[in-house]
Amino acid sequence: MLLRHTPKEVAERKALTINPAKTCQPIGAMYASLGIRGCLPHSHGSQGCCAYHRSALTRHYKEPVSAATSSFTEGASVFGGQANLVQAIDNIFTVYEPEVIAVHTTCLSETIGDDLPQIFDKARKDNKVPPGKTLLGAPTPSYVGSHVTGFSNMVKAMAALAEPGEQKNGKVNIIPGWVEPSDMAELKRLAELIGVAVTMFPDTSGVLNAPLSGEYRMFPDGGTPIEEIRQSGAALGTLALGEYCSADAARLLDTKCKVPCSVLDMPFGLQATDRFIDALRVLAGSSVPDEVAVERGRLLDLISDMHQYFYGRKVALVGDPDQLIAMTEFLVSIDMCPIHIVTGTPGKKFEKRIRELTEGMGREVNVKAKGDMFLLHQWIKNEPVDLFMGNSYCKYIARDEDIPLVRWGFPILDRQGHQHFPTVGYMGGLRILEKILNALLDRKDRDDEETTFELVL
Amino acid sequence: MGNAETLVQWEPNDIKEKLLRKYPPKVARKRARQIMINEALENTTPEIVANVRTIPGIITMRGCTYAGCKGVIMGPTSDIVNLVHGPVGCSFYAWLTRRNQTDAGIKGEDNFMPYAFTTDMQDSDIIFGGEQKLEAAIQEVYELFHPKGIAVFATCPVGLIGDDIHAVARKMKEKFGDCNVFAFSCEGYKGVSQSAGHHIANNQVFTHLVGTSETERSDRYKINLLGEYNIGGDGFEIDRILQKCGITNIATFSGNSSYEQFATANQADLSCVMCHRSINYVADMLETKYGIPWIKVNFIGAKSTAKSLRKIAQYFGEQELIDRVETVIAEEMAAVETAQLEVVPRTTGKTAMLFVGGSRAHHYQDLFAELEMKTISAGYEFAHRDDYEGRQVIPNLKVDADSRNIEEIQVEADPELYRPRKSAAELAALEEAGLKFKEYEGLNPQMEEGTLVIDDLNQYEAEKLVELMKPDLFCAGIKEKYSIQKTGVPMKQLHSYDSGGPYAGFKGAVNFYAEIDRLVNSKVWSYMKAPWQENPELSATYVWE
Repeated sequence: MLLRHTPKEVAERKALTINPAKTCQPIGAMYASLGIRGCLPHSHGSQGCCAYHRSALTRHYKEPVSAATSSFTEGASVFGGQANLVQAIDNIFTVYEPEVIAVHTTCLSETIGDDLPQIFDKARKDNKVPPGKTLLGAPTPSYVGSHVTGFSNMVKAMAALAEPGEQKNGKVNIIPGWVEPSDMAELKRLAELIGVAVTMFPDTSGVLNAPLSGEYRMFPDGGTPIEEIRQSGAALGTLALGEYCSADAARLLDTKCKVPCSVLDMPFGLQATDRFIDALRVLAGSSVPDEVAVERGRLLDLISDMHQYFYGRKVALVGDPDQLIAMTEFLVSIDMCPIHIVTGTPGKKFEKRIRELTEGMGREVNVKAKGDMFLLHQWIKNEPVDLFMGNSYCKYIARDEDIPLVRWGFPILDRQGHQHFPTVGYMGGLRILEKILNALLDRKDRDDEETTFELVL
Repeated sequence: MGNAETLVQWEPNDIKEKLLRKYPPKVARKRARQIMINEALENTTPEIVANVRTIPGIITMRGCTYAGCKGVIMGPTSDIVNLVHGPVGCSFYAWLTRRNQTDAGIKGEDNFMPYAFTTDMQDSDIIFGGEQKLEAAIQEVYELFHPKGIAVFATCPVGLIGDDIHAVARKMKEKFGDCNVFAFSCEGYKGVSQSAGHHIANNQVFTHLVGTSETERSDRYKINLLGEYNIGGDGFEIDRILQKCGITNIATFSGNSSYEQFATANQADLSCVMCHRSINYVADMLETKYGIPWIKVNFIGAKSTAKSLRKIAQYFGEQELIDRVETVIAEEMAAVETAQLEVVPRTTGKTAMLFVGGSRAHHYQDLFAELEMKTISAGYEFAHRDDYEGRQVIPNLKVDADSRNIEEIQVEADPELYRPRKSAAELAALEEAGLKFKEYEGLNPQMEEGTLVIDDLNQYEAEKLVELMKPDLFCAGIKEKYSIQKTGVPMKQLHSYDSGGPYAGFKGAVNFYAEIDRLVNSKVWSYMKAPWQENPELSATYVWE
């Protein structure tokens, strides 16, 4: 047994987190920053933070992840990090020539009280910021919230760049939340099918799934141009996908630039995608083409074709709040039973929402925000499940408890595909179901007796 | 790429100038002293600047002190609970991400490797102090797991807000009575790289663990293996060879290690140092306190492995062991030579660059030499000058502000346990016969004249080096991997081995030959251009044809 010390009996823990189901804010900010065209993320803290975040993102994407750091020493920690950051800004613009530097803080720089706007002013006054280049900053204290909060804070900092437009530009803002580059591309494809011009930020498609061509470019063609982000203040409206990842930015656009916003669930699965498409159509005043209805029909077709394998199957889920909310709804909608649901991110609303979504399921549901994977494992020991969905760390539990695992979420360190194949939208829904079915049916084929082993399923 | 033709196309001074050209003047001046053109001088090597601050904004390969302490040195021990006191991230990122493999038995034995433990500090802990939460977390660890030891690690904010983790650890150790609780002040901002973390870990391991066991080890040829972390199973392969030779490895610092191994390490008769940078402090302290001499070994490369085994046998000086070692080498080398003969025709003359760690950029040159490949540029991420130039420079090293705040512990001969393993005359005789104690000659002497030795290489320089010198293979870590490969040059991770290994010892060498053959001779890199990109000219056809 790998996790041989995890007891079945759940004892309340007040101070100790074991096998976290979250990580810290800055990595979310770094990921979001990579979705701006020509942007170099910068970590204002010890260099270890930056090294860890780059490593984690690189392992997840198998792509280069460039980011710089203020490389705090003990002296900087005592006297403040201004000199380090100003020097870093100078070096970055001179050596790497990005269009944008997106700075996020760390627990270190937050604890000592470094003030990013003031340091940016100093850098500008010292002529360290070439004309036309942008500095962007987000406070991301690691001791508040989670990686999701950090992502949200950086996206909010992007929204803060938006300028109110006297005339609406006819576009719709989509704030996609922490989804994969493939998902962001899929959302753009759907918008294009419906004929809606969108500004999507952040947009990591083309950045974290770049081709191999014999040439390395620190700033690939992907990412949202900073100009488009500035102009997002003149949009018709904003669709924010996910309360936890995207709502703050959308609400800021609303208050600052009077761009009305709707906060939707992330479009994982049938119904959440339905609501996304419908909201997009209404906002832009477009009609939805048949192609979209056909995609929807394909998803529904697979659900009905294979319903017997979904029906009543118990599932354990771990991940981030927005994704879990949408996935829970999807699984319940196809008559699966998500019974253990954990996120490490704090949030009372999360637990309430999951309770609402699972109400009609007729089963006892364990749900916890600010939980950890140790607790989830204990729940699984007490009430076993047929399927497990979560990041790569789940494989230790899955192996010990012999549960089929679908890798989904962040980080995925041991399988490929997430950067290339979407799980949002109807086509993404098909991919999720394909993965679920493969996991369940591979298990069935493994476990069936020779007498009941069957060719056709 | 990288054949004899391209080799003559570059000139080291020209390369160096091109690496520095784009930097702001201050950065260029600093980097110029960390980029050294290797020149063979009489009994000495040129001076290089190392172990100095990373330049803010210059994308570095380095990590932090916490990473060196918790991640590298303390991470691989299976039966100690590593509790990270800080916000969640530091614990999360160091959770199973280094590939130090562990053999903790099928069941029953303690194995906390697949777990991450953290106090997950919140803003209220930052404001009001985190000592109470730490104390409560230690209590919860104890109640849940009853481990032999609990190690507490400080992250950046802990030092800033002044939590006294050592006092908490002492208090809890006394309270439990049967669980050793000790702490590491390894805040990420200390020092200039992970190297400071190694030093901090060395000190605490030595203070709180080594020599604490009553168990007597009566084995015949007892050694400690220092600075071997069992990445990809390297330590397993070394242990297999040692066992075959009849040599007992009391304690590995710290691959596949256990509490008891550290606790009995004082009973070894020889310390063998693999990674000089990360562990030489412990080697010195073991000698001072217990009288255990140390030698530098290297189990990376089949010839180096054989040489290291012979050194150990020479130290013990008994014919039985010397003969046994020769028999083992002869047995093992047969398979190695077969593999080598098979691969070398395809690897000979190819070029490699190595930028990794504090020892691997040196050790792995032995393996490349066995493949008849040439190392044209190399350097360390976090080493000190002695790792480049040899230990003779240690007395001349300037202690700067960043090193001064890393504790140096004073160790004296233990009144009861100190026992010289060899008499002064015996040691002198061994030295005379060529067995050098406390000696490491560093990376520079092994590098050819005109090669480039670069400390703390950064992303920009890496990219430039590859563009200008066009190596057949680049070796570094995960952060560097894909930017290099995008240019069409294969990249081998020498931190994590790209999920491969072991590469140490005899079987490891065979694995490495195959792996390098795969990388430098793969077809994968030949498909960069689509047919229409290679031949863009169109041939027209008439529509009426």
